[in-house]
Amino acid sequence: MTDTFLLDGEDVPFAPGQSVLQAALAAGRYIPHLCYHPEFKPHGSCKVCTVKVGERTAASCTLPAQPGLEIASDCEEMHELRHTLVQMLFAEGNHFCPSCEKSGNCALQALGSDLGVMTAGFRHFFPDRPVDASHPDILLDFNRCILCELCVRASCEVDGKCVFALSGRGIDKHLVVNAASGKLVDTDIALTDKAMEVCPVGVILRKRVGFAVPIGARRYDQRPISAQALDDAPRPPSGDGRCAACEE
Amino acid sequence: MTSNLETAAHPETLRRVAIDPISRVEGHGKVTLLLDEDEHVQQVRLHIVEFRGFEKFIQGRPYWEVPVMVQRLCGICPVSHHLAASKALDQIVGVGAGGARLTPTADKLRRLMHYGQILQSHALHFFHLSSPDLLFGFDSDVARRNIVGVAAEYPEVARQGVLLRKFGQEVIRHTAGKRIHGTGSVPGGVNKNLSLAERDELLKDIYPIIGWCRDAVHLARRLFEQNLDEYNAFGRFRAHTLGLIRADGAMDLYHGGLRARDMDGRTIFDHVDYNRYWEQISEEVKPWSYMKFPFLKALGPETGWYRVGPLARVAQCDFIPTPLAERERQEFLAFGAGNEAGKPSGATLGYHWARMIEMLHAAETIKELLHDPDLQGTDLMVKGERQERGVGMIEAPRGTLIHHYRVDEHDQVIRANLIVSTTHNNQAMNEAVRQVARQYLDGRKLNEGLLNHIEVAVRAFDPCLSCATHALGKMPLQVELLDAEGRRIDTLTRGGAGDVAACC
Repeated sequence: MTDTFLLDGEDVPFAPGQSVLQAALAAGRYIPHLCYHPEFKPHGSCKVCTVKVGERTAASCTLPAQPGLEIASDCEEMHELRHTLVQMLFAEGNHFCPSCEKSGNCALQALGSDLGVMTAGFRHFFPDRPVDASHPDILLDFNRCILCELCVRASCEVDGKCVFALSGRGIDKHLVVNAASGKLVDTDIALTDKAMEVCPVGVILRKRVGFAVPIGARRYDQRPISAQALDDAPRPPSGDGRCAACEE
Repeated sequence: MTSNLETAAHPETLRRVAIDPISRVEGHGKVTLLLDEDEHVQQVRLHIVEFRGFEKFIQGRPYWEVPVMVQRLCGICPVSHHLAASKALDQIVGVGAGGARLTPTADKLRRLMHYGQILQSHALHFFHLSSPDLLFGFDSDVARRNIVGVAAEYPEVARQGVLLRKFGQEVIRHTAGKRIHGTGSVPGGVNKNLSLAERDELLKDIYPIIGWCRDAVHLARRLFEQNLDEYNAFGRFRAHTLGLIRADGAMDLYHGGLRARDMDGRTIFDHVDYNRYWEQISEEVKPWSYMKFPFLKALGPETGWYRVGPLARVAQCDFIPTPLAERERQEFLAFGAGNEAGKPSGATLGYHWARMIEMLHAAETIKELLHDPDLQGTDLMVKGERQERGVGMIEAPRGTLIHHYRVDEHDQVIRANLIVSTTHNNQAMNEAVRQVARQYLDGRKLNEGLLNHIEVAVRAFDPCLSCATHALGKMPLQVELLDAEGRRIDTLTRGGAGDVAACC
């Protein structure tokens, strides 16, 4: 007999070691999320997947599934919380969707659309984040970084290069390039790296592609992120949460 | 050739009347009048009061982002900026200007997008913005002098206007992906073709569209004929003209060489490669406007200003390469409204008639393109040898549009210069409002109807004021210190070159 927990009043089966988010997605139940990626160990930083467990809240991507848990996700309180979290992400960075080449393929934009985020709701920070165009084939536009660390994890755990890292604390936290110059051109990143695939927003970009994909053929043009996420869920892991390069 | 109402000798003694904002135009502008105690007009200026800054904040951005970003200059003619930027960036990726050639599919899809844009923009201007003045009269009841009033009194005219604009927007949607601010044109080509389903959807409406465009030409002509003396004289002035022209002299709103003619119709230059436009055109900065004043270098800033847009284009092309529009052009020229004893047009209100002829040409061109199988081609993009500099020029609905970029070795834009259609018409618009002020306002007690005459003159040019102002760091500023009685004590002026001068 399979163990289950209750999600919004319905049984969700789970396998040992699964998080609440993993089990929910595997069962075809969508919980909004952003920094979680099915191929990587959960990170729990963006908090968009927060659910209510009894009287407290928890990030469902790092919450181990247990029998008998009673979880509320599809409720007004959690909707409002996620709405505010996504608004804060928009306010913290420089997200100019109208001229961003990731528009239509951007998880933050798609999530904002799904959650009904019409404005940032907070005063924009307008941070000064120059782009790094030093690499001949790859552009880094830090303006759009949401600190999900997916590129950090992919570069370390899969590519074994540790090209990216987060630096600073709190409001000063930011993405950096692991080179003495701080420039991408002085790293060994390659177009075939896993780190090139995982950015949910428009930070890590293959140069000279731009708007080659027409409106209508982009990832979220036809299906909302809530439907897309369920297709993506059952994937084998790419990383094991360990970085051989760092451990050496 | 310029009138002398630009700067009054003693402005401090004059009464100031401001038309602020000018309504039924794109963007924000105002007209100020200075009147003496006998209500005689002493100074008239068209001011553009908004500021954009695109030339500055495009710097540092990757070049492939530019055609999508800069089109946000405007919500009415974004396609013009989208395509002018694409043409400039074609050159950056080694296409055009002696490099590789765009594929036929890319060239024709862009043309289709552009003529859809011409059609929708001209329809918007004539029916929504200008027809209330033309149908009801310049000083008619202000409460009905708007598109709602037109819909109530002339429902078929309003309906056709709305549907014409809608059709143009649909052409844009099928070629750019969205009705406003699409992404269809990219450096080196386009990102989609026109599917057969999209083609058929547009084709089913094309014949009524052409018919309504003809009706619109005839309506514009009828209005001119019915008010012949007034329309002929209203804001009339002589000016040189500038525009792109096809190699055989035909009107071509997407591509060509530069042609300039003087006010007597004599050629100043012809079929000039626009890649070195700065050898022919320069810009002057005046301390009282955010908008620069372009002029033909050969003639200098004082007399070298010119007119662009429909009136200039219809008058200075050798022919229009679609039959119905060419027939209307011939009648326009023969009528004399566009010709002054064989010389280029001087009637400001002739713009409306010429604009409708262009709209008919756009509809006919769309029909021709829709029957071209190249639009279903799959060869969409090309690339050549990477270049550092690119210039793109196009005839936008309002006139000649120039985009000029430099891109560094990291693919980042390091310099951008945009000279937009409305900027070319800056002096011409000022001249028109001064003529109208002299004709209708001088010595009379002002009221709303009289002041609307000034706006009618500005509207005839279909100015896009938001497109026209983006010279960050070059804004001329003037600060005045007044005493309690309003007398000027001191003035500080910063010129366009950043020089600061004090007086008094």
